[in-house]
Formats: sequence, structure tokens, C-alpha cells
Amino acid sequence: MAQVEQTPVPGVGVRYDFTTAEGRRVGVVHHHDGRKEVYVGTASDPEAAAPCFCLEDTEVATLAEVLGGSRVTAGLARLQEFVEGLTLDWLKVGAGSPVAGVSIAAAGIRARSGVSVVAVLRDDQTHPAPGPEFRISAGDTLVVVGTPEGITAAAGILRAG
Amino acid sequence: MHAQALLWLELGGLILGLALLARLAVAWRLSPIPFYLLGGLVVGEGGLIPLVPSQDFVEIGADLGVILLLLLLGLEFTAVELRRALRSGATAGLLDLALNYTPGVAAGLLLGLGWAPALFLGGVTYISSSGVVAKLLGDLGWTANRETPLVLSILVFEDLAMAILLPLLAVVALGGSPLGAILAVGAALALVALVLTVAARFGEGAGRLVFSGSDEVNLLTLVGVTLVVAGLTEQLNVSAAVGAFLVGIGISGEAAQSARTLLTPLRDLFAAVFFVFFGLSTDPAAIPGVLAPAAGLAAATAITKIATGWWAASRAGVGRRGRVRAGAALIARGEFSVVIAGLGAAAGGAEELAPLAAAYVLIMATLGPLAARAADLRPRSQRKRLRIRRLARRRPGSGRSAEPTPGGPAS
Repeated sequence: MAQVEQTPVPGVGVRYDFTTAEGRRVGVVHHHDGRKEVYVGTASDPEAAAPCFCLEDTEVATLAEVLGGSRVTAGLARLQEFVEGLTLDWLKVGAGSPVAGVSIAAAGIRARSGVSVVAVLRDDQTHPAPGPEFRISAGDTLVVVGTPEGITAAAGILRAG
Repeated sequence: MHAQALLWLELGGLILGLALLARLAVAWRLSPIPFYLLGGLVVGEGGLIPLVPSQDFVEIGADLGVILLLLLLGLEFTAVELRRALRSGATAGLLDLALNYTPGVAAGLLLGLGWAPALFLGGVTYISSSGVVAKLLGDLGWTANRETPLVLSILVFEDLAMAILLPLLAVVALGGSPLGAILAVGAALALVALVLTVAARFGEGAGRLVFSGSDEVNLLTLVGVTLVVAGLTEQLNVSAAVGAFLVGIGISGEAAQSARTLLTPLRDLFAAVFFVFFGLSTDPAAIPGVLAPAAGLAAATAITKIATGWWAASRAGVGRRGRVRAGAALIARGEFSVVIAGLGAAAGGAEELAPLAAAYVLIMATLGPLAARAADLRPRSQRKRLRIRRLARRRPGSGRSAEPTPGGPAS
């Protein structure tokens, strides 16, 4: 699955986006008022994004269904049968992340969010079961296991310390 | 003619005039604020049409306008967003403060206005118009752009700064002692911290408690609570506007959403009255004399805002075009500059402050949207493609092919 980046947009809501294999940025802005605005990054300017359309709640479900969302849900459900309430996720360490260069223990991910780092992906290499002294660096992807709330908290720690 | 009849005729004529001005602003895709200010300059003392019977109403309406402006500002951002802006946006926010407050103060001192009016002028040049900027971001389709959260964080920081600035300026205006200033700012800080903590924890519950299913009850409760808090904070010398702002951030979640829907029309009406009142209490004859310094100040503080946006965006790794957009989006000054200038003018001191601020806001509220739109223009080679896209957008259903990607993705 592509990595989804989550960015709060003050006064508007939250933006979720990811980069497609083609190199296009695709995302959704979840407005505070419940609207979901879908947009695609413009090809000429990586930072700009052209809003495409807006969806109401029911339409979101329809679009997800059309895109094969039902299969995704089924897959996730199987994973969660394993351990009730547990979620696996991939979190990217951004270039400006305050935890870059810090050990897993010092970053306090486990202590502050209850989420465990089960692997670190770095330059096509996988470091499974990293110890507490393992140093995180910018560009790493942490594979984490925990509650959905914990994972949100861990993403916050990676972003803002 | 009956006195009462005259009052309604005058008030109706005034509001119809505003409607006409707002219509022009919409047609030209500009902020209506400079139009209202001009309208205010035309009527009233020294203007073309003197207003007599409705003066009292306009005065109280203007005060209400300030309170509603600040209440809606508080409702715009949640307590969580405010705290996050303090934690992660503080550096950019402080740079914004240093770069944009200083030119106003310096200009005030150079013009010989004295310290107190110079401090007010700093406030006028510091605060970007969150109303104008938010509208621009939506209209230009910049909401999902990478630099947009940075621009908005700066606005959030400015709002918090204003909660501290307003009581400080209120004490300065009263000619109070440094101790009084420290007390007022301390009280404001304590109140902001208290409301932020309480709102983050109980905001949604409190909202549910106060809000019922009836819009009528909600409207009356909201306005009532806001006015009572505004009165209390005014009594504490923290300024009624800060009280209203605190009520706004105290309400969060769904309650905030419906409060915004309920209050926006009321705000639009009274804010328009407020802008007219400011224009009306400014002597239009004084405007030509301050036009040159206002233009100079406008040019300087347009550059400092661009620098602020550029720096904040480049620090986050945003490319050149995004940096230009971030800077251009921040240029617009509007409602809050007028609020601060209004406080300063009410305090007395330098007579030049109000006309200078009026001329400044006239320029900046017009220049801001124009600059942002200019930043939205693509380089010449891409113009043609843009036009194709606009055409495609007009025809529903053709949106999918709206953006051709010659030369591959993400150049």
C-alpha cells in the first residue's frame, strides 16, 4: 500500500495524500464540516493541487465501493481477526522530523504512544525487530503495530516530536 | 418628517449603499472591506452626505461588529489547532511578528506620531486579514497545496498574538503604567491558557450542553454568552474583543460548525457597519496628505509578508512557486487592521493614525487578492494548458481529460 501522509490544515480540516506510481500526488481534504474534497497534484508544479470534486458522506462510500474499497476492508478484517483491535501501519520519517538521528528508546515512541516499532525499512533494506538503541534516520519507514489511536499518536511524534 | 421615519430612511439608504458596494466587490472579485471604508469616508462628517439620526445606531453596531468579528475568528480554529500552531509554528510566527510589526512602529515614529500611536500602527501592519486570505485560498483552489498549512499556521499564530496584543494596546491607549500593562497581558495570557486547556478537554461536551436542537435558542445563547464575557473582560481591561475571541475558541466540534453558520450573516452585517463607522469617523480631507506614507508602508509591508511566507515555505522544503504563493497569500490586511486602528483612534493621540490606517488598508485589502492572483498565473509556456483546463472545467463530464500531461508526470 502507498504511504499516506496526514497533514492538518488549520481552520479547514485534515489533508491526506500519497504519491502514485506515476509520480502524481493524489489526496483528499477532510473539511471540518464533513465535506471530502478530492484533488490531484498538478504535473507541472509538485506543490500545487487542483481540486477535482467534493463528496458527501454517502458518496464517499459509493466511490470507495467503486474503487474496490470493499476488498480492502475484507483484507483488513482478516488481519484484525488475528488480534482484536490491533493495526499494522507504515510511518515515514520526514526530512525535518525531530526524531531523525535519535534512538527508538530516546524518541519514546513506545512510552508515549504504546506503539511498537517492529521493523525499519531503510534504502531497500529491512531491519527487523530493531532494538531500543537503533537510531532512526530521516527517510526511514517505521513499521509499527498498535491501536489505531496509538498509531495516530506515533505519527504525531515522528512529525512534531 | 417624523424623526423615526428619517432614521429608517437614512439607515436603509446606508445599508443599500453597502449592498451596492458589496455587489461591485463581488463582480471584481475583490474584498469588500476597502469598498465599505470608502463608503464610510463619503458619508458622515466632512464627507458628501452627513449622517445625523443614525449615528448612535452605527456606533453601537460598529462595536457589535468588532465583537462578532473576533467571535467568528475564534470559532474558525479549534483549540487543538491553536495549540499545535504554538508548538510547531512558533518560529515562523515570531518571524512574521518581527518583520511586519516593526515597519508599522518605525513608520509611526518617523512620522512623529509618538510611541502609543506607533504601537497601534505596528498592529495595523502586522495582522494579515484571515477573512480575505481564507477566501483567497478557497477561490484559487489552493486548499490542498503543500504551502497552505504553513500559511494558515501563520494566521493562527497571529490570532493568538492578537489576544495578547489587544489588551496590551488597550492599556497603552489608556496611558496606563507598565505595571497595568503587565497585569492586563498576564490576565489575557492566563485566560487564553485556561480556555485552551478547558476547550481541548471539555469543548465538545460544553458545546453539547449549551446547544439545543433549536437554532433560535442557540443564536440567543451564543450572542448572550459572548456579550456577557465581552463585558467582563472589558471590565478587567482585557478588551471586549478578546473576551469574544475566547468564547469562540472555547466552542469546538459540531457546535462550532453550527455556530459559524448561525452567526456569519449577523457578522457580515455588523462588520460592514463597523467598516463604515471607521471610514465615517475618519476625516476624508486628511487622506490625501497621508497617501504617500501609506503607499510606502504598503510597499514595505507587502515585501515583508512575502519574505515571511517565502521563508516559512522554503523551511518546509516547498519549491519556488509554492513559496511565492505563500508570500502572496499573506499580503492582504483587512478587518483586524481596522479593528486595531479603531482602538487606536478611539484612544486619541495622533490624528493622523486613522486616515493613515484607512489609506493603508484600502491599498492592502485590494493589493492582497491581486497579488495572490498574479502568483497563481503560470509561466507563459503553461498558460495555454491552463486555458484548456479552464475550458474543460466548464463542461461537466470532461474533467477527467482536463489535465494533459505531456512530457510525463511531475517534471
